Amino acid sequence: MAKVTLTVNGRTVSGECDDRTLLVHFIREKLGLTGTHVGCDTTQCGACVVHMDGKSVKSCSILAVQAAGSSVTTIEGIAAQGELHPVQAAFKEHHGLQCGFCTPGMVMTAVDMINRHGGKLDEATVRHELEGNICRCTGYHNIVKAVLAADAEMAAGRQAAE
Amino acid sequence: MGVEGIGARVTRKEDKRFLTGKGRYTDDMSVPGMKYAYFVRSPYAHARIRGIDAAAAKAMPGVIDVLDGRQLQADGIGNLICGWMIHSKDGSPMKMGAWRPLAHEIVRYVGDAVAIVVADSSAEARDAAEAVVVDYEELPAVTEAVSALEAGAPQIHPEAPGNLIFDWEIGDGSATDQAIATAAHVTEIEIHNNRLSPNPMEPRATLGIYDTAEDHYTCYTTSQNPHVARLVMSAFYNVAPENKLRVIAPDVGGGFGSKIYIYPEEIVCLWASKKTGVPVKWTSDRTEAFLTDAHGRDHVSKVKMAFDADHRIIGLKVDTIANLGAYMSLFSSAVPTYLYATLLSGQYAIPSIHANVRTVYTNTVPVDAYRGAGRPEATYLLERTMETAARELGISPAELRRKNFIRSFPYQTPVIMNYDAGDYDASLSAAMQAADWDGFAARRAEAEGRGKRRGIGMSCYIEACGIAPSAAVGSLGAGVGLWESAEVRVNAVGTIEVLTGSHSHGQGHETTFAQLVAERLGVPLDSVNIVHGDTDKVQMGMGTYGSRSGAVGMSAVVKALDKVEAKAKKIAAHLMEADDSDIVIENGELKVAGTDKTVPWFQVALAAYTAHNLPSGMEPGLKETAFYDPANFTFPAGCYIAEVEVDPETGKTEIIQFVAADDFGNIINPLIVEGQVHGGLAQGIGQALLEEVRYDRESGQLLTASYMDYAMPRADDLPSFNLSHQNTPCPSNPLGIKGCGEAGAIGSPPALINAITDAIGNNNLTMPATPMKVWQAMRATH
Repeated sequence: MAKVTLTVNGRTVSGECDDRTLLVHFIREKLGLTGTHVGCDTTQCGACVVHMDGKSVKSCSILAVQAAGSSVTTIEGIAAQGELHPVQAAFKEHHGLQCGFCTPGMVMTAVDMINRHGGKLDEATVRHELEGNICRCTGYHNIVKAVLAADAEMAAGRQAAE
Repeated sequence: MGVEGIGARVTRKEDKRFLTGKGRYTDDMSVPGMKYAYFVRSPYAHARIRGIDAAAAKAMPGVIDVLDGRQLQADGIGNLICGWMIHSKDGSPMKMGAWRPLAHEIVRYVGDAVAIVVADSSAEARDAAEAVVVDYEELPAVTEAVSALEAGAPQIHPEAPGNLIFDWEIGDGSATDQAIATAAHVTEIEIHNNRLSPNPMEPRATLGIYDTAEDHYTCYTTSQNPHVARLVMSAFYNVAPENKLRVIAPDVGGGFGSKIYIYPEEIVCLWASKKTGVPVKWTSDRTEAFLTDAHGRDHVSKVKMAFDADHRIIGLKVDTIANLGAYMSLFSSAVPTYLYATLLSGQYAIPSIHANVRTVYTNTVPVDAYRGAGRPEATYLLERTMETAARELGISPAELRRKNFIRSFPYQTPVIMNYDAGDYDASLSAAMQAADWDGFAARRAEAEGRGKRRGIGMSCYIEACGIAPSAAVGSLGAGVGLWESAEVRVNAVGTIEVLTGSHSHGQGHETTFAQLVAERLGVPLDSVNIVHGDTDKVQMGMGTYGSRSGAVGMSAVVKALDKVEAKAKKIAAHLMEADDSDIVIENGELKVAGTDKTVPWFQVALAAYTAHNLPSGMEPGLKETAFYDPANFTFPAGCYIAEVEVDPETGKTEIIQFVAADDFGNIINPLIVEGQVHGGLAQGIGQALLEEVRYDRESGQLLTASYMDYAMPRADDLPSFNLSHQNTPCPSNPLGIKGCGEAGAIGSPPALINAITDAIGNNNLTMPATPMKVWQAMRATH
């Protein structure tokens, strides 16, 4: 057993877990943050994407002990309680989700993508960048639309702020 | 149409919880004292179990117990069944082999469950499962249906000699033979419909909770139809009587058919909860999902289509062998029969049709309905045949289709279906225009200049949704009725709950069902809540599959709303001293028509519950239930066009454009309907280009048991889609809805394969059209 202390969604948390416990299981079972999902066992589907120290990672391929001391953001932590992040709002506006299971990972990947490409995304880039996130419901059409719309809106927001 | 009513492009009410991580799926459920299950599964495709030794496993850390099939059978838990009786053409009933929830004599596919381990953590349960020693005597296995029918093939069930489940036919064989004999041209083709794994992103899961004090079971499960699950587990599997079994399907992460069925795991976890005295949760991993979720398709067919000298179809003869896997899943027998052969007329007037279908056991995962269920197989067969015929006859594919379209309705096909409405020309013309069909030759020439092969292909599909009326499906062998129920519960303050037997696992019922209420009563969407998925809350219902929720489920809501409105009008008339026939409901008010007298909706509701001043003899309350049984199937139809470019160096296909022109009848929410089509198209394109379940022929091992091996469509495999609608309202239900959930998956595969074969100039190509297969097909031509 190991004791793991890390920051999750801005709060310091610690918990005991098996050495082999994956970060995703630590988040879901020890912290009760069940928005991060497990959709496969080969790091393909991306339902478990969270941000670790500002970068998107698949929390199914990191041990909880490896995340010790890091700062993790999950889907529950990207917007203030009761509010939607612009990416979440764009997914709603453009019907970028159906069953909702891949959605948290999609949103976390999209936020990271926009952070890295800020304002310069096009359809081909979005589709390429989504390679590690599988959705079975939407055919990606509206997800791509939502990511592009959020990117444009966030770029406009940054411009207005400058 | 109001801003939130029928036809409005309303964003979804349920989205916020999914977007913020507040969705509640079965694996998210946790109850005090809960333990974790892991299943010991057969590593062999076919073997006799000589013994199970769980002593070492039971001694491992954290293990509560290890239970096997002998104990399950001793406790009287029944075998799994197929709920749709099909008779062979010789009159004999289908040959259903025993499917034990936990096998203890013979295992029949890799993944067949043998024992359950219950432990403090899922990791400990998994560790212990590896320590369970099962002594297997390996038996020869067969995975392909055609091979399973051959003399000397391994025999899978004693009940089914020769592995033949049934040999069924539909239509007039001699008239069809006669048509073929006298035809000016006969197109012959062999069609393979590749085996698929549905792959909803949420893996199956279940939590079984036994309450000793109440002798009561609660089952959380990833189900598309919790009431059907309860019925089957009570009536056939002897888990518990219905009043002692509550089934809850909370948020469910996609289904596509694979979550219709009751699987061994639900039954075993409930039973294990009683045996161990603790709540037992099991969550499938993805490899287990590939190994155990019901697969789809897997047909091999021989087709003859006969034409007269004027290119009119005069007969269609089909001989199909369908692989049903190791056991008959819940609706498996209906898929290659009444959901398949009854659609073989397609959009065409064909005077004689005959289909023969043999279903076969193999040592593979059970095969059942997957998005479209039989209709994609019929459409692929028909539309590949039409394309082939057009090429052989030297006429354009559009002209051949137009020449044979059904143009007057109702139209009785020779294979049971009575089409009620449609306009196939409209969708074909719209699709051709959207795709700029006429400009294709120039685009092809331009592509050739770049060294690319460009092709275009179409597909005109029809499907049958709703799967009803109940008496009709009953006469065809269905073990259940296919109606739907609704309860409309108006609260004392005027807010409304709609309880539906439909189940949403991505379809957006919480929005569309509320739109219907908003349209009828003029109340805001926010004042309407949709309740589904819990047998303790919702009256009996049949669930969601076969694109039935709109056409059948919402029609039940209409019936219940009719009753609620009638009572509300009586109350309002009483309050305003008017005649109830003069009351109209508009914008959340009840008005006396032609006057300025109104009473707000909430006041009528309040009056119903205070009951201080109701019409004489009226019962208090404002709540009504209705059951709706459709008068006919519904018949969505449309035309899809794919344009592709093939790289002759690599065989890789790029989709340049994909056009879908659909007739879904009336539409409640275009945003949601478009999303359904997008998703269906992605699955159909996945079937055409990427996906295939493959077994090792010798060992029966599943070769495609992970996302490393099974090619799921990714975002960069697909284009954005070009959609349009040419709607003719459905005459058989009050909302005129036909259903839109499966069309994309039904219509798209043949459009793609017709386009690729057009591009490469070789019609001999099977799905999935992987780069290697396409490259080989090109080499075979040139």
